[in-house]
Amino acid sequence: MTAMAYDKQAASEIIARFDARGEMLVQILHAFIERFAWISEDAIRQLADELNLSRAEVHGVVSYYHDFRTTPPGKRIVKICQAEACQAMGSRELSAHAEKSLGIAMNASDADNTLEPVYCLGNCACSPAVMIDGKTFGRVSPQRFDDIVASSGDAN
Amino acid sequence: MARTRVYVPRETAAISVGADDIAIAIARHAKRSGDNIELIRNGSWGATWLEPLVEVTVDDKRIAYGNIEADDVPELFTAGFLAGGEHAKRIGPTIDIPYLINQDRWTFWRCGLIDPLSIDDFRAHHGFKALEKALDNGAQTVIDAVKDSGLRGRGGAGFPTGIKWQTVADVQSDQKYIACNADEGDSGTFSDRILMEGDPLGLIESMAIAGFAVGADRGYIYLRSEYPLTHRVLSRAIEVARDNNWLGDDIQGSGFNFDIELHLGAGSYVCGEETAMLESLEGKPGIVRYKPPLPAFEGLFGQPTVVNNVVTLASIANIVNIGSEKYASYGVDRSKGTLAFQLAGNIKRGGLVEKEFGITLREVIEDWGGGTASGRPVKAVQVGGPLGAYLPEEQLDTPLTYEAFIEIGAMLGHGGIVVFDDTADMAQQARFAMEFCAIESCGKCTPCRIGSTRGAEVIDKIVAGENRDENLELLVELCNTMEDASLCAMGGMTPYPVRSVLQHFTEDLPAARSTGT
Ligand SMILES: Cc1cc2nc3c(=O)[nH]c(=O)nc-3n(C[C@H](O)[C@H](O)[C@H](O)COP(=O)(O)O)c2cc1C
Ligand code: SF4
Ligand code: FES
Repeated sequence: MTAMAYDKQAASEIIARFDARGEMLVQILHAFIERFAWISEDAIRQLADELNLSRAEVHGVVSYYHDFRTTPPGKRIVKICQAEACQAMGSRELSAHAEKSLGIAMNASDADNTLEPVYCLGNCACSPAVMIDGKTFGRVSPQRFDDIVASSGDAN
Repeated sequence: MARTRVYVPRETAAISVGADDIAIAIARHAKRSGDNIELIRNGSWGATWLEPLVEVTVDDKRIAYGNIEADDVPELFTAGFLAGGEHAKRIGPTIDIPYLINQDRWTFWRCGLIDPLSIDDFRAHHGFKALEKALDNGAQTVIDAVKDSGLRGRGGAGFPTGIKWQTVADVQSDQKYIACNADEGDSGTFSDRILMEGDPLGLIESMAIAGFAVGADRGYIYLRSEYPLTHRVLSRAIEVARDNNWLGDDIQGSGFNFDIELHLGAGSYVCGEETAMLESLEGKPGIVRYKPPLPAFEGLFGQPTVVNNVVTLASIANIVNIGSEKYASYGVDRSKGTLAFQLAGNIKRGGLVEKEFGITLREVIEDWGGGTASGRPVKAVQVGGPLGAYLPEEQLDTPLTYEAFIEIGAMLGHGGIVVFDDTADMAQQARFAMEFCAIESCGKCTPCRIGSTRGAEVIDKIVAGENRDENLELLVELCNTMEDASLCAMGGMTPYPVRSVLQHFTEDLPAARSTGT
């Protein structure tokens, strides 16, 4: 991910792109994540102000959805599918391998990587499936996992 | 000389195993060798096990090469694949692939066949003919055809689509909506995705027909965020349709207005439940609403709303084009038409199989799927997503119909079929059902929110052999409470996979201790 530091001006522009419509909050938060990689308290305050919502309302939405992380992620975001079709093809073993290989636990981050579970990438006929920085990979053996990690993202 | 057409899918599964690299390699190689090719990024035919599946058109026939890797490309050129040349990975004409020809392709027939973003290709394959016909015949004729077809919702609940449409059509309101449920949260399902990536204009056409039928001029698509490629394809398709006046004001001079807004979900399974989806579309947390009122009366922003699954909607165009009698001639009992089965997990030939209701689970798993990928015996099959029961080998002869599945305490849901071989630990699968419910619960009902966490703990104790019998009893009670006192199927049906493990896979639970004193 090539995230930018939080920037009020840029945030305002994103909100304006959605005509500052409160019902677009989920969509606006996606645009924030794309731009800033995570949702900060500053972001929540500004969203509440500019969308005419209470901070509690914005907070409620941010905390409800798995996609809206509130801490900075690593440079590379690795998601491993933990749902049934992938379980049937060894996603549990793959996850254990990933934790070892990246040196972080599931649901944890370091400067280089964030490792997260995901529940179905719709790639269940090519399981186990992995997503790295928004790109989906299928038929991922532990060996292939190391290869695709090595060839993606900013981290090395 | 005419350019040779080469097809390389732009579809999530194909790309996940290298299709983009292959497309680049083919384009580069053709440039170097001076071959005049037209590279088309089609959708997938759904024979996912053959992906990346590359095709070339030779004498108006498409010749398929399967499981191609980027490294194969130079060899393919040497073998003369642009003229359909022999090669170890040459399959033959696409239309002769048994996996495909033995299907009943009613809804997915354009997937793989056309360039999904070409309005000309779409038009050349009956695109927008159904909408034109609907506009000519009038709204009630369309609704009657949907009723007569026997089509039921493919999102999981199986509610008759025609009745839903009639209800919304009959409500007086200045504003009505069509909300397409593209949240596709069930593990083992990807038919919505294949349709949206392979024939997005087909979905747009059917949504416009729905809008015309019930008197709605706005449509929403709620797409799961785990599908970024689908998002790009759909966004582009909506633009293409607008540019050609198949969306927007006064569509093709008919006086009918209809436009679509595309929204992304945000990683919540419950947001596939229709009222939670509506909340999310309104920018709120996806918390399930009490029913009544039904969305047909008070849906999005309190207005009458048709909520339908992607596949339900996409089935409509051919019901209008070809006719409801033909559709209703497929299937059995009250399971009319076709369902897109999705073969996933430990299966040799995974992919999408659109077939009329009534064939057995075994036929799909063996004839299409070719058994497990590992070559080991099938132990369990989960049909219908994470809330579906695990079926043992003895139940594989169950016909795939809504009725037969209800009879065995299971459900077809969205048609996902996930196969496990004999290495699966079913106690662990039961635990996962509870864990998933705990992670995804919207929190409104205590049995769902707390019961699921308790359930996972109790299963841990059972597995550890701690007070086995009391804990098993407790687990059964928990399941009953969750089923009886949950507002939606998240809490209400999580007991299904759990109970199925208790019933059919006792060998994976610690044996009852012989009470020798
Ligand atoms: C927990 C839960 C998740 C659901 N997920 C989906 C989904 O991802 N896609 C879908 O179309 N329907 C889903 N449904 C079913 C919807 O509530 C609704 O029945 C359906 O969208 C109606 O459209 P249909 O009649 O065309 O099936 C879900 C239901 C529940 C209870
Ligand atoms: S059953 Fe669970 S997901 Fe459904 S409304 Fe209740 S708490 Fe929410
Ligand atoms: S279950 Fe892993 S991609 Fe669907």
